Amino acid sequence: MPSTIHVEILRQSTPDDAARTERFAIPYRPNMNITSVLGEIALNPITADGAPTTPITYDSNCLEEICGSCAMLINGRARMACSTLVDTLQKEHPDKPIRLAPLSKFPVVRDLAVDRAVLFENLKVVKAWVPIDGTYDLGPGPRQFPQTQEARYPLSNCISCTICMEVCPQFNDQTNFVGAATIAQARLFNMDPAGSVLKQDRLRALAGDGGIQECGFAQNCVEACPKLLPLAESISITGRDAMLQQLKDLFTR
Amino acid sequence: MSAPRIIVIGGGLAGLSAVIKIAEAGGTVDLFSIVPVKRSHSVCAQGGINAAKDLKGEGDTVYKHFDDTVYGGDFLANQTPVRDMTARAPAIIDLLDRMGVPFNRTHEGLLDFRRFGGTLYQRTAFAGATTGQQLLYALDEQVRRYEAAGHVTKYEGWEFLSAVLDANGVCRGICALNLRTMETRTFPADAIIVCTGGIGAIFGKSTNSVVCTGSAQSALYQQGAVYANGEFIQVHPTCIPGDDKLRLMSESARGEGGRVWVPRDKNEKRVARSIPEADRFYFLEEWYPKYGNLVPRDIATRAIHRVVYELGLGLDGQPMVYLDLTHIDRETLNRKLEGILEIYEKFVGDDPRDVPMKIFPGMHYTMGGLWVDFNQHTNVPGIFAAGEADYSIHGANRLGANSLLSCINGGFLAGPNALAYAKSLSAAPGDGGHAAELKRQQEKNAALLSNPGTENPFKLWRELGDTMTKHATIIRYNSGLEEADAKIVELLDRYKNVNLSDKTQWANTSFAFARQLQNMLHLARVIVQGARLRDESRGAHYKPDFPDRNDPQFLKTTKATYNPTTNAPAFSYAEVDTTLIPPRPRHYDATA
Repeated sequence: MPSTIHVEILRQSTPDDAARTERFAIPYRPNMNITSVLGEIALNPITADGAPTTPITYDSNCLEEICGSCAMLINGRARMACSTLVDTLQKEHPDKPIRLAPLSKFPVVRDLAVDRAVLFENLKVVKAWVPIDGTYDLGPGPRQFPQTQEARYPLSNCISCTICMEVCPQFNDQTNFVGAATIAQARLFNMDPAGSVLKQDRLRALAGDGGIQECGFAQNCVEACPKLLPLAESISITGRDAMLQQLKDLFTR
Repeated sequence: MSAPRIIVIGGGLAGLSAVIKIAEAGGTVDLFSIVPVKRSHSVCAQGGINAAKDLKGEGDTVYKHFDDTVYGGDFLANQTPVRDMTARAPAIIDLLDRMGVPFNRTHEGLLDFRRFGGTLYQRTAFAGATTGQQLLYALDEQVRRYEAAGHVTKYEGWEFLSAVLDANGVCRGICALNLRTMETRTFPADAIIVCTGGIGAIFGKSTNSVVCTGSAQSALYQQGAVYANGEFIQVHPTCIPGDDKLRLMSESARGEGGRVWVPRDKNEKRVARSIPEADRFYFLEEWYPKYGNLVPRDIATRAIHRVVYELGLGLDGQPMVYLDLTHIDRETLNRKLEGILEIYEKFVGDDPRDVPMKIFPGMHYTMGGLWVDFNQHTNVPGIFAAGEADYSIHGANRLGANSLLSCINGGFLAGPNALAYAKSLSAAPGDGGHAAELKRQQEKNAALLSNPGTENPFKLWRELGDTMTKHATIIRYNSGLEEADAKIVELLDRYKNVNLSDKTQWANTSFAFARQLQNMLHLARVIVQGARLRDESRGAHYKPDFPDRNDPQFLKTTKATYNPTTNAPAFSYAEVDTTLIPPRPRHYDATA
């Protein structure tokens, strides 16, 4: 391994400013990840040319790939900065600088931080919750076989990183597509014994503008998901359910 | 009188629990969080949540859960709130189940339970090894439901700076900083609930998330709130040492049968799996035959420390020991522990199903926090606290899988109690102190931005973390604690010369961090001075020079109050509620 890591970061001071690239040379240590590279810059905010600059703004919190904060483009690929190791990148592209850029499908806040609030709004639209009667003691929930739990659990591992939306060719201003994460959450709650009471509402919400029919089956989402959610399967099953719901509604409403 | 306004600060399990109770009672809530609440640190909890539901036919009871918690905490916790929490636990699990948390199931479709540290019963409900994530999401979803219905307004991306206090010292709102626009403003409230979690950043590297700085608790302490038992810091025995943080390796790994060991020979050269049983030293099982690998965390942490530093048996001479799961079949591991095995694989590169993990203790949790009464009310009227940010449940050491429970329990209490308090509150004198507090905070901001000094806040932070980890974690000496306090005083002095390399007014993360750092420094003094004064060993607080528990002198709650004249903490001690279980010696090495 080299003693110095070269990093190129696409920076932008405000949402309206033009983007620019800054280069950094950072002393290498074994087991560094991208967030620790960014931490090194904060400790010593000087570019490779020796010019003083500002620490990089980026989102991060847990640093163990469970909070979903630190998604960004690393060497052009959407991934989590905390779980992307410098050693891995050096093997991918030996002797090339590491390139960091913000996710491209979301408004830039500053540098590598983007605004991903759209996902949380989408989760409201599909009512991604169980409408419990109340928090008082009503006894245990319905019995659930391990098979049901094992099917639901992977969907419940979605960390809202929005990488599935970033890599989706259909996720753009023209289609208003909600993206794979929201569809997977709709499916999760449709599978819940009590949550399924809202199944029709969810399917109708996904049948409208920007809904599930916008999916082009590129399957980039399932390739890129850091938590390996069964996204393509969820879209296809929920798509079928939504179509059946539309047919039913056609004759009964 | 108009409907009361409640502000909840922090969107982890405690904060969300409080929000749900208030919204359910018809109240409206403003919820403030640095990060989108779904990204709060509760998401990192792994192993599970305790409740004595006795679904394994072992004869577990609420009383045994209560007793384990009090004994595990070395009798420093007030017993009445612990009893009440353990009594509520089974209904809390049922509620989470009804919210759709994908808890692991038995063949019959009931909740599955596993064993955790400090108990002999299978009392821990779990959702794989990502229980905190699943619980946080379930509460987040319920809050989103109330948000969609107009009962909750979220202020995500706002950082709490201080409470707004009126002329009588009653809380009338908060002052907060918008982390994007850098706008500082005050928000009115009739009561506030502080659920701002842990303080790991004070130790530099810990298992905590970036936002766990303790900044809010410290700001309140500097405004007159009492901070209790600050010296009790849990160091988790099994963490993955990392370049940027210490990643937790859940106690559930041992709950499912994981074994901790080192080679008996310090010059051992064979790879782990080829070392025969006879040449392995399963020190927890040998030293603590009854509890084995599931002794409480303070005990396991000191045992690992002893093996590495006194016996010199760390792996390859390094401060690490094995945590071994390789004897457990892959299918079971995947079903019950996959989340944490993935973390190890991703960050270390080895598959723990094939190779024993290398782990070492790391700072994990603060038992201490804002002092609250049995209604979660701090000593400042109108300021409530819940979760890791309050001190109330865990005494001198927290048992695994009790934190998720205490967060939800605390939030469920704080919400309705804050609402009841707010309903009987009389009108504020004048503007309730809003203009004065806003001015005070704006002046602080302006001074920080224009400071001409030379100190980099991130470098000061690194020095703070190094000194705290060295002197105030597993083993504590009075000389070291005094050295640490002097170092913190030096850092506070150097902080006056802090110079931000970023002086812009948009999404300036160094500015927000520099403000947190000052608060971290003040809280660090509470920790080291509290530890210096407590000349005994109790739970996580261990002094080799005072190896025994000293009940006559120190079966007391430490209460730290900020003294603005000396700019330092002042200490007093309060009786502990031991009305239900008489204190007894704590010995996990006993065989009976």
